[in-house]
Amino acid sequence: MAGAAAVLSGCVTAGGDDPAEQATGAVTDDNPLGVPEGADLEVVMFDGGYGQEYTRHAVTLYEERHPDATVTHEGLQKVGEVLQPRFVSGEPPDVVDNSGAGRLDIAALAAAGQLTDLADLLDAPSLDDPAVTVGDLLLPGVVEDGTLDGTVSFLNYSYVVWGIWYSRSLFDQHGWTLPATWDDMLALCEEIKGAGIAPWTWQGKYPEYMMDPLQSLAAKAGGLDLVYAIDNLAPDAWRQEGVLAAADAIHRLVAGGHILEGSEGLSHTEAQNAWCSGQAAFIPCGSWIEGEQQGVTPEGFDMAMAAVPALTAADALPDGAVQGASSESFLVPAQALNPRGGLDYLRCLFSGEVARGFAESAKAMPVVKGATDGLDLTSGLASVAAALETAGDNVFGYKYRTWYPELAVEVDTATGELLAGRADPEQWADRIQAAADAVAADDSIAKYER
Amino acid sequence: MRHGKYRFLIGALAPPLLLYGVFVVSPYAQAFYLALTDWDGLSAEAGLVGLQNFADLWSDPLFLAALRNNGLMLVVVPTATIALALFFAACLTLGGGMRRRGRGVHGSGLYRIVYFFPQLLSVAILGVLFQFVYTPGNGLLNGLLGAVGLDGLQRSWLADPATALPAVTAVMVWSAVGFYVVLFTAAMESVPTDVVEAATLDGAGRFTVFRRITLPLVWDSVQVAYVYLGILALDGFALVQIMSVGPGGPDNATEVIGLTLYRAAFTYGEFGYASAMGVTLFFITLTLTALAMRATKRERVELA
Repeated sequence: MAGAAAVLSGCVTAGGDDPAEQATGAVTDDNPLGVPEGADLEVVMFDGGYGQEYTRHAVTLYEERHPDATVTHEGLQKVGEVLQPRFVSGEPPDVVDNSGAGRLDIAALAAAGQLTDLADLLDAPSLDDPAVTVGDLLLPGVVEDGTLDGTVSFLNYSYVVWGIWYSRSLFDQHGWTLPATWDDMLALCEEIKGAGIAPWTWQGKYPEYMMDPLQSLAAKAGGLDLVYAIDNLAPDAWRQEGVLAAADAIHRLVAGGHILEGSEGLSHTEAQNAWCSGQAAFIPCGSWIEGEQQGVTPEGFDMAMAAVPALTAADALPDGAVQGASSESFLVPAQALNPRGGLDYLRCLFSGEVARGFAESAKAMPVVKGATDGLDLTSGLASVAAALETAGDNVFGYKYRTWYPELAVEVDTATGELLAGRADPEQWADRIQAAADAVAADDSIAKYER
Repeated sequence: MRHGKYRFLIGALAPPLLLYGVFVVSPYAQAFYLALTDWDGLSAEAGLVGLQNFADLWSDPLFLAALRNNGLMLVVVPTATIALALFFAACLTLGGGMRRRGRGVHGSGLYRIVYFFPQLLSVAILGVLFQFVYTPGNGLLNGLLGAVGLDGLQRSWLADPATALPAVTAVMVWSAVGFYVVLFTAAMESVPTDVVEAATLDGAGRFTVFRRITLPLVWDSVQVAYVYLGILALDGFALVQIMSVGPGGPDNATEVIGLTLYRAAFTYGEFGYASAMGVTLFFITLTLTALAMRATKRERVELA
């Protein structure tokens, strides 16, 4: 079968001939990754919400270490459009931050053999302390997030935590306390409604925002086994008890009239602005919301994130478990001219110094351990750091969204229908299960296992 | 001398033909080839899979939903746009009172400019603007309905599967009408006034003049408009991408072929499959154009 495919395959473009010579330098204590002397370096990064300050900071460190090298640094909005032809023709840059809406499909890049194995980088001594490796500096889950088929193919820079957001001042004013279980949540919703405020709103145009609390509830109830069953496309994974109970819990918000009217038609900006202006008490979101709402958050709003409440009192995961994942994927193309330099650039990037700068300039959590210690954090970021602290090792994440985008689209459509009240939890689960079965049965889709 | 003429012709034609070949024909040819492969868009190699991509299309629920929605738009957009544009153009040229007969309603020059405004906005801006119009709660449309006491009609226009596609289609029609008003007005103005006057003297009312004289004489323009609008209706990608829930939702209610294609290529990394969709769309467009030209064919009226 494989032989036949090889015979039948042809070149798509004129490129893709033998890759250019990749030089390496001598490995020394000062140059643990063997960067060739005087080799130039090209960094292409996604210029998004986090800005370019931290990647430029790392350029400065790299230039100090390799004074003879010329470093080119470019920030782009549409990374995929610009880099796709360069990957195909075998002339990619040395480091890429493959992020943003226009990013390349990283699983497809890995499957096409376009990525350098980052194992050498993880084993290299960190810039901060030669006794600690780069890998040891990373928060839990970061290496796993970047591992495809057993190879560390990319490393994410920003640590995102999902939860439900509220205004501390609003809650203090009304004397509301954060719910510990979902039943408490529903009771609190009644109380909030009594005060003339909608308990919830959500970013209806992009249903994945509401999928995050739903799948968090499911993970808490069923534990990591439930999560793995879903990611591994196990039969009836979406019909597990915990998943159905979580869908029912979210559906109760709809049935109880706890959602701001019309939310299902709001864009993320519209919904978040409605929340910021006090029309709704809760909104589900990842930890980037504070930066996103910077310009419109009223004085004294004091936004904070709470972990999604427990589904029941007998959940599999302990209280305070949160959904977390890393994002902003940095990778070193396999066909780069200076891959060793690319690795060393990442070594600079994943240093404590650059990470601290990132927390300050981008107002987000870097994946480097202890980088926010001693920093004066904003109210939202502080609440995120505290939630991570409480969660400890109980940070979970789903992979199906990155592994099987075909499934994610159907999950979002079904969730939109659930939240609009046009589907009940049973129909929601059936629909997604059918899509998951279809993906599982499709041989043309590369499968992953965890 | 003859020899020199051909050399000149070839010399003049070669550069544009070469450019056309490199930038138009060769990408088409490449798309046709890629449609037969499983290219992932990133590797330099692609395996041939024959017609498998085309076979898969007909069991892909998203593609079928897209086909249905584009089909609906294909019926509504050209018909509604041409009807409205003809109506406005007739008002601008024929609609004047008794004393302005043949010169259109008062201020028609101004209307002509105003109608053209939407044409000056990019589709992206249109999408964003109309997103505000359709915003649930305090959006312009719901506010307007509330102001005139029609609260019962207020809804989340883009989040309701029953109204999402009509809402997007309405924007397409709104943005296209102005251009065709200008096109039809120009055509109507070239209708000789003596013919119109003769008909009027014979006692024909304005509607009869429009139906019996103006419309047949501007039929060529209508035919062209129909083809252009048909192609527009088969696209709709940008508006859907910006305005709709999902995008393409709710419940695939606004899925269009362009969006399915885009997602297959750039989200799923199935460039071969996406190319197959593109090729299918190419043939659908080609067939419809040929059909439209044939169905609307009428005897040409020579005025000379």
